[in-house]
Amino acid sequence: MSIHDDKPTILRELSHFDGGLVLDGHKDLSTGKPVQPMPAVKQYIVPLQQHIGAISEPLVKVGDRVLKGQMIGRPGDLVSAAVHSPVSGTVTAIEEHAVPHISGLPDLCIFIENDFKDEWVKREPLGDEYNNRSSHQLRNLIRDAGIVGLGGAAFPAAVKQTEMNVHTLILNGVECEPYITCDDMLMREQAEQVLAGADIIGHVIKAQECVIAIEDNKPEAIAAMQAAVERDGTGFFRVQAVPTIYPSGGEKQLIKILTGREVPKGRLPAELNVLVHNVATAHAIHRAVYHDEPLISRIATVTGQGIAQPQNIEVLVGTPVKDCVEFCGGYTPQADELIMGGPMMGFSLPSDDTPLVKASNCLLVMAKDEIHYQQQHMPCIRCGHCVEVCPARLLPQQLYWYASSKNNDRVQEFDLFDCIECGCCAYVCPSDIPLVQYYRAAKTVIRQQERERKASDLARQRHEAHQARLERQKREREERLRKKREMLKDKEKGGEKDSKKAAIAAAIARAQAKKAEARKAQAGATEDKTAETEQEQSQDNTEKPTNP
Amino acid sequence: MIFKRTPSPYIKQNISVQQMMFMVLYALVPGALASFYFFGWGVLFNLLVAITVCLASEAIILRLRGRDVRHSLSDGSALITACLLALALPSLAPWWLVAIASFFAIAVAKQLYGGLGFNPFNPAMVGYIVVMISFPLQMTLWTAPMGVDGGWPDFMTTFNWVFLGKLPYDTTIDSISMATPIDLLKTQLSQYHDVFETRNNPEFSALFGSLSGTGWQWVNLLYLAGGIWLVKKQVVDWRIPVAFLASLLFIANLFAVMDYSTNSSALFHAFSGGTMLAAFFIATDPITACSTPRGRWIYGAGIGALVYIIRSWGGYPDGIAFAVVLMNMAAPLIDYYTRPKVYGKQDH
Ligand code: SF4
Ligand code: SF4
Repeated sequence: MSIHDDKPTILRELSHFDGGLVLDGHKDLSTGKPVQPMPAVKQYIVPLQQHIGAISEPLVKVGDRVLKGQMIGRPGDLVSAAVHSPVSGTVTAIEEHAVPHISGLPDLCIFIENDFKDEWVKREPLGDEYNNRSSHQLRNLIRDAGIVGLGGAAFPAAVKQTEMNVHTLILNGVECEPYITCDDMLMREQAEQVLAGADIIGHVIKAQECVIAIEDNKPEAIAAMQAAVERDGTGFFRVQAVPTIYPSGGEKQLIKILTGREVPKGRLPAELNVLVHNVATAHAIHRAVYHDEPLISRIATVTGQGIAQPQNIEVLVGTPVKDCVEFCGGYTPQADELIMGGPMMGFSLPSDDTPLVKASNCLLVMAKDEIHYQQQHMPCIRCGHCVEVCPARLLPQQLYWYASSKNNDRVQEFDLFDCIECGCCAYVCPSDIPLVQYYRAAKTVIRQQERERKASDLARQRHEAHQARLERQKREREERLRKKREMLKDKEKGGEKDSKKAAIAAAIARAQAKKAEARKAQAGATEDKTAETEQEQSQDNTEKPTNP
Repeated sequence: MIFKRTPSPYIKQNISVQQMMFMVLYALVPGALASFYFFGWGVLFNLLVAITVCLASEAIILRLRGRDVRHSLSDGSALITACLLALALPSLAPWWLVAIASFFAIAVAKQLYGGLGFNPFNPAMVGYIVVMISFPLQMTLWTAPMGVDGGWPDFMTTFNWVFLGKLPYDTTIDSISMATPIDLLKTQLSQYHDVFETRNNPEFSALFGSLSGTGWQWVNLLYLAGGIWLVKKQVVDWRIPVAFLASLLFIANLFAVMDYSTNSSALFHAFSGGTMLAAFFIATDPITACSTPRGRWIYGAGIGALVYIIRSWGGYPDGIAFAVVLMNMAAPLIDYYTRPKVYGKQDH
């Protein structure tokens, strides 16, 4: 693409982003032992929506036998992802079930009963052959393997890789949220596979270099990756330690740290000639290319004072949370809240009945004395602590002011939608205001209104078009009548003697015109109707929720 | 297993509004003790009256508004207003003057606007202005500082004067009160005595002390110390006091250099009157100050400039209260025009 300048984008000296927090890591809790593969369980629950974009379309029916790695849901749209069966077994149900989503709403899931035969679909690993494949072919492979960003956002990886000729691939191994250690452990144990995956991505997007960014509180991971880079020896990779400041793992923040530049508002990182992928995503891509294995498992951290044996597990997507907890020794008596994700940006689950999904990097069970419960909050005293820590340079106290008074225009004027919901503001607020919750609520309301406004706009346009049509028909009708009258008048002028005859002829003509008009009107009305139904249908299509 | 659901984040920095308020109170202690040492029992009486009236008005109005009285009172904000007011008012102020100021501060300037967090003007300064305009004479009643002219009157004399308005038969109020250095300079200048002459007049030299006035310089120094501690603890934003002092010092120095005979030195301004109390404890009240980082620079600098202007050319002895309230008025506008550019809007 011509917009890219070719100058190297990554600074040798690190930059920094505004705001941010130094947090207590609590990472040692779960890094004590190697990643433990979790044994298979009886039942798996595979949600059809585990990613950003359209929900997948189920490819199986209740009662079908499925094989391990078989695609059971295909991408529902361009921005979507496939889902696969984590085991061989039988589809026992396809119905709504609790899923780990912040909204707490249930979603469509495929239930699979494990037959413990571990029968795979036929696999044909590409291996090193990928070097001879086009970007397009590889993107399709990645898409069919159902690979999404594993850092938590779950954006379809193949869609992200449509950017071409990006100079630098940034591999995000920052993992800045407290408690979470799955990327750390992955880099420690499978550095080479991570590099191999990054190499594939680099091939797809035709990158010139790859920078692996790791927070400097993970010396083991840095050492392991460094060793792998040296063994690789191509000079394509470079490991870069970054300071431990939350949220340096945020895509925009990491780009600022490495390039010293900010992704322009409303644009993509490619604008700065970079593309960011998570280390676990790279690893998953390696599995897909070298083992023809779709994304059916991941490493997840199960941790917190509420878990008897905190550790990292390699777990199949769709495994119920309660089975994971059980494998890690169960809950401690102090267990108080079950959180999916980290303590800053995660969300709590109402029950452990939900499955683990592709995006689930962490299951955090917090004990009473480690979790902060929000008390009755004080009014905002405008102390500005939130302003100091906001990585997006927003004014959280103003956002709160307008969000709580439901002033939707003002809250947008103060850039509500640039809030990355990192929680830094709420973390420091001395008044203990649940700021992020206010922002999320305001965003939801505004998006909802936007949808409604669009719908009513469409209705209004339809109504106006209808009116215009009626107007036009009326005009045409009058025009025709006028012409007829003129014709008659001319005739009259031509044969004045025959005035009687002419009068009769005129009357007949009038009657005919009326009849014709009535016919026309009828035809017009039916025409209107079909047009309207068509429009309604097309509107129905656009109204289908694509992205909750 | 079923769990409860609460919103993220689930971890939190441990500092509450209440803790912040009490740290402000602790930081006031050294300056307040010095005030008591140099200006006597009146300081204590001021504190007593102000605290009683402030807390009582807050409690009554919260009850009338149907709010949780305990919860709101315990935040310590009314206590801060009371202390700031008491320490700013003259040490021989009659009790009713302190009471009126306190009532106005809490009932009108704070609670009528909706209570903590909603008041646009600094409550203590509003209370101060009300009595300054209504009772200008009583607002000059400072005792002679310890070490000057026999210092402050004893407990009973002060008590009788403050609470009963009575004095021993052989004393007048003039004989136990004394003009502050700022006041004195102003009157002397208006009588065409220059700064140098005034300060070296043997009659006044004890009052002026070595820097900016016996007693005053110490009180200011100790408020400065408390303020630095608050800044270090990140309870107050460093930008406001720094901007305030820098602008006051800069302007004062500019004029002093231009004409040192009619303008006091920058150091005199920095350590006299309520300068340090205002810089670290009054101007930094976050609720009524600007809340954007750049806005805070402008806000602090504005107060510094206004203090100098009112002190030098205004009709009132010390300009702190007016300067603060004027900038309170400007704060929303400054905030609006100093919004930081959000991520990604900056260099493109
Ligand atoms: S940190 Fe809380 S109290 Fe302070 S300004 Fe921000 S929202 Fe208000
Ligand atoms: S949650 Fe939003 S407003 Fe709060 S600090 Fe993060 S980006 Fe800023």
